[in-house]
Amino acid sequence: MTGWQTLLYKEVLRFWKVSFQTVAAPVLTALLYLLIFGHVLSDRVKVYDRIEYTAFLVPGLVMMSVLQNAFANSSSSLVQSKIMGNLVFVLLTPLSHWSWFIAYVGSSIARGLCVGLGVFLVTVWFTSVSFAAPLWIVVFAILGAAMLGALGLIAGLWAEKFDQMAAFQNFIIMPMTFLSGVFYSIHSLPEVWQRVSHLNPFFYMIDGFRYGFFGVSDVSPWMSLAVVGTAMLGVSAIAVHLLRIGYKIRG
Amino acid sequence: MPDTPAISFQSVSKTYSGAKGSFKALDEVSFDIQDGEFFGLLGPNGAGKTTLISILAGLVRASAGAVSVRGFDVQTDYAQARKALGVVPQELVFDPFFTVREALKIQSGYFGVRNNGAWIDELLESLGLADKANANMRQLSGGMKRRVLVAQALVHRPPVIVLDEPTAGVDVELRQTLWQFIARLNREGHTVLLTTHYLEEAEALCSRIAMLKTGKVVALERTSDLLQAASSNVLRFKLDGPLPAEFDGKARVTGRVVQLPAHDPHEIEQHLAVIRRAGLRVEDVEIRKADLEDVFLDVMKEKAAA
Repeated sequence: MTGWQTLLYKEVLRFWKVSFQTVAAPVLTALLYLLIFGHVLSDRVKVYDRIEYTAFLVPGLVMMSVLQNAFANSSSSLVQSKIMGNLVFVLLTPLSHWSWFIAYVGSSIARGLCVGLGVFLVTVWFTSVSFAAPLWIVVFAILGAAMLGALGLIAGLWAEKFDQMAAFQNFIIMPMTFLSGVFYSIHSLPEVWQRVSHLNPFFYMIDGFRYGFFGVSDVSPWMSLAVVGTAMLGVSAIAVHLLRIGYKIRG
Repeated sequence: MPDTPAISFQSVSKTYSGAKGSFKALDEVSFDIQDGEFFGLLGPNGAGKTTLISILAGLVRASAGAVSVRGFDVQTDYAQARKALGVVPQELVFDPFFTVREALKIQSGYFGVRNNGAWIDELLESLGLADKANANMRQLSGGMKRRVLVAQALVHRPPVIVLDEPTAGVDVELRQTLWQFIARLNREGHTVLLTTHYLEEAEALCSRIAMLKTGKVVALERTSDLLQAASSNVLRFKLDGPLPAEFDGKARVTGRVVQLPAHDPHEIEQHLAVIRRAGLRVEDVEIRKADLEDVFLDVMKEKAAA
């Protein structure tokens, strides 16, 4: 293996060795959401007229899990190694900032997809979903995971303590994912909140991802692709820049 | 390139600026370490040793000056420079997710070194880690973790080895294993840069020594020349009362043990006369040659007075 492949392998091995916590736990959480929200809301919420609420919920929960876990992977790995001091083993190597970026974001995509697939496999039993445009499913899952992996990288470089990390997660990532249309179609919202939702890049990730299953969405998947792709590139550019200058990791 | 030094520091300065103003950790540090040397970097706490090594390793950026490893600048040619370096960090750090062998394989992989099993086995054997190869890092004692740090630094067979206080808080057995192994690597052609608090280690191992104080090089000489320049003896004895005022600033006192520099027999007599006049009793009188510790204290004192 070359240098970046080793770092990628090490980062994947890191979450895989504790997969009960990093993969199984978020799958269980998503299952609980499905059972509770599905049970409470299935008779009351109508989505796109013809789609059963529980079926609508499945892609939302899958994508939410992909995003949250992709973020958690790079951010917690970096913060932990910074606090434990073992980041020095990587800092001493000839690995370039691109190698770091590919390894941390790549492993975040891997964890996001693992959890996403797990959530899909356990939730799909409770309903039936179609695959109207499977390529969109793959594209949005990977792009979304990559963007959150890169965002986690930035947060992991910035945070010096676990509570700063938790603040980033609880006050930015959680609200943005919850308010992105995981549990509802934004068409059910008042006009003002629909417009606000359009400013949230997470909305486009979930909307585009859901289009892959049902062939219907709140906005065109091409529009979502443009927004998510641009956001991903923007966040990645910042992450690569911070790695290049050694932001908070090289004195 | 036989003339390219293994390590070159050229006018290296480092200023840390914080809320309470700035602090100059290194001030125009310049010296070269030649290929194959066993070089000691000494200085009291806060002298800038670790900062200098961190700049060499690329963990910290110099505010001014240039550092190169075998001709490769640590900033512009960082990949080449880091490939040539094996650094044992001072802090006892480890990755709790992996076993000893996994940690070594991964470290090897970062440097793009494949099929490194035989060398990893040799490292494990030489550092007394063979029976811990499959133990998780968390289960190891402090001394064992220290050995793994050394193995990790050497896993890519670097020609230049940097050890930042590798024996701090380490038992006698490991110190001996470690020095035997490092001395062997040095004989085989590896350049070694060592910082240590144990001056007898530096005296025994290093052919050349630089002393740092408050960020400046205050001595840079062959170890033998340093010892010869001191060329004095030391009168050592135990005292049963307070030190006479005449010895203030001259004597090194450790509990009851007093050590006084003495250049000739006449000076020794004078010292003993002072004690007699004070009505004190001495035990275990001994005269020995000055060692590196005496030189070190002398150099540090001189520079403080200057």
